[in-house]
Amino acid sequence: MELKYEVSGGDFTKAGYASSAVKKVLKKLSVDPKIIKRIVVALYEGEVNVVAHAYKGTISVDISPERIFIRIEDEGPGIPDIDLAMTVGYSTASPAVREMGFGAGMGLPNMKKNADELNVSSKVGQGTTVELITNLN
Amino acid sequence: MEIRKIVELLDAEIVCGADKIDEAVKYGFASDLMSDVLTLDSEGIMLVTGLTNLQTIRTAEMADITCIMFVRNKEITDEMKALAEENGMVLLECKYSMYKTVGMLHVAGLDPVY
Repeated sequence: MELKYEVSGGDFTKAGYASSAVKKVLKKLSVDPKIIKRIVVALYEGEVNVVAHAYKGTISVDISPERIFIRIEDEGPGIPDIDLAMTVGYSTASPAVREMGFGAGMGLPNMKKNADELNVSSKVGQGTTVELITNLN
Repeated sequence: MEIRKIVELLDAEIVCGADKIDEAVKYGFASDLMSDVLTLDSEGIMLVTGLTNLQTIRTAEMADITCIMFVRNKEITDEMKALAEENGMVLLECKYSMYKTVGMLHVAGLDPVY
């Protein structure tokens, strides 16, 4: 099963819409609730990152019996130093993002914690792609 | 601790989810930083927060938190309430500060997550 969602940069009123939709689908598929929580927390962190940092993005979710593969692609400023971005506490978030309760430099590390595999690639001035892989067995 | 007991203790208002106040929560976690909330692994958490925006409800949804206590007499918007109702959450509000709310809950026996 494949799912696809568009994410608008800067629009915090809709941030989490895709993660919520994916959560509902996984519940219907009777995926273990603990695995659902890990997946949607990681996805939500990624979705918030797109809203906070990018101009727009796409979330693609591929669900198979063995694993769930999520790709979050955005058009945005990109990440100049991915290792630095993975450091807990490092943040480039705006004051507006912080007022929403985010921007503490915890998103990417928490995505890594909640996924079985996390791949981040980025081109400065073009955008960032994050892949989250979660094994179901 | 039963949500009903928490409502009585903090003289709180029930914003939505009144049909679930006989259910219980195991732990309390207080934060205005949703990034911290998203790191929690425990179940049965009541979130205590003064952050009133839609992302508070979204964060709770993703973190499987079904009860939120808003402190400092903050205004809860209709959009927040609608999203909480859609997800079967209990939203409560009280007029006390975060410090006083947490202190009273702790004395009454609601355990911390860590």
